[in-house]
Amino acid sequence: MKHAAGAGRPHVRPYVRPMKGWWTRNPFFVSYMVREGTALAVWLYSVELLAGAVCLAMGEGAWNSWVASMRHPVMILINLVVLWSMAVHAKSWFDIMPKTMPMIFVSGKRLAGSTITRTGYAAVVAATVVILGLAMWGRP
Amino acid sequence: MPDNAKTIQIEVLRYRPEQESEPVWESFTIPYTDDMSVLQGLQHIKDEVDGSLSFRWSCRMAICGSCGMMVNGIPSLSCKTFLRDLTPGPVRVEALGHFPIERDLVVSVDGFVKKLEGIHPYLIPKEPRALSEGEYLQTPEELEKIEQYTSCINCMLCYAACPQFGLNPDFTGPGVLALLHRYNADSRDGGRGLRMEVLNAEDGVWSCTAVGYCSEVCPKHVDPANAVNQNKVNSAMDYLLNLVSPRGEKS
Repeated sequence: MKHAAGAGRPHVRPYVRPMKGWWTRNPFFVSYMVREGTALAVWLYSVELLAGAVCLAMGEGAWNSWVASMRHPVMILINLVVLWSMAVHAKSWFDIMPKTMPMIFVSGKRLAGSTITRTGYAAVVAATVVILGLAMWGRP
Repeated sequence: MPDNAKTIQIEVLRYRPEQESEPVWESFTIPYTDDMSVLQGLQHIKDEVDGSLSFRWSCRMAICGSCGMMVNGIPSLSCKTFLRDLTPGPVRVEALGHFPIERDLVVSVDGFVKKLEGIHPYLIPKEPRALSEGEYLQTPEELEKIEQYTSCINCMLCYAACPQFGLNPDFTGPGVLALLHRYNADSRDGGRGLRMEVLNAEDGVWSCTAVGYCSEVCPKHVDPANAVNQNKVNSAMDYLLNLVSPRGEKS
């Protein structure tokens, strides 16, 4: 970029500040990075479930050893971290959802962003209750 | 200064390119009253302490968008940020983030203005219309679709809030994309074809990662994050429609 210098004034370049460590400068950016980071936990859990499905297809022995590995204290600890990450992921996902959608009009009035977010939260709670219910109901 | 006057410390990031190779903090302790904004604090410094301090301002009432700067690290209009809310201090004032600093609190806006010019930021009527045919009418719903985006004052706080712009200065950025949407979403406008190229580009909406801080700092509640992200859908639709029915040279 060329900047015109006044008569007798030395040509000076505007100062560009470094971006290193940008996400630590503001709590909003830290929570953004946490939100993005939780995607890794979602990926990890999907791998876990996929492994379970593959073991199930391989037969009873493989399935039982997958179930046993899930009961290992280290796996329980990992899954607790994954559960927390999934909760953060779901909450932050629905928090940003109104920003990603076109405006919705209901009988001529614009639907508030907070209504969209709360509907998302309610859907998570409803889905969790249904899945937990099915799991309890299906127990031997 | 009267003995009983309240004082506050203001630290300013100074950059005088003829004497410094990089910015340095300078501290000023000034008297203040409860009705004083950060801008008035800076004006006190310039008028009474150091006339060389450089900053931009004009209206003093959050209309002109000139006095954007980082106040305690937050992109703010200094005219509507009050010293009484920042006590006991010190108040750290720095040039608007992510923009090159020309001098003290003055940043280079060349890139922003160039981007703004590039989106045809005006209504392009769908078809020419004679005065005798009357005005272009809109329903309240059609107006609501654009109204919040018309409130943009080009203050660029959203750019200082956008790390993607900081990392890639070529990113069209929240403010300009919100204005692009303001015209594209207007029921009276027919210039969409001219603007889609900017919107669809890698430096257009697709460089946004939905951080969302732009909408938090916007002093006019424009919600640029919403404008940018709903256009990711529009951009994808435009791509698909173009595959089915290429626009060719006409648009």
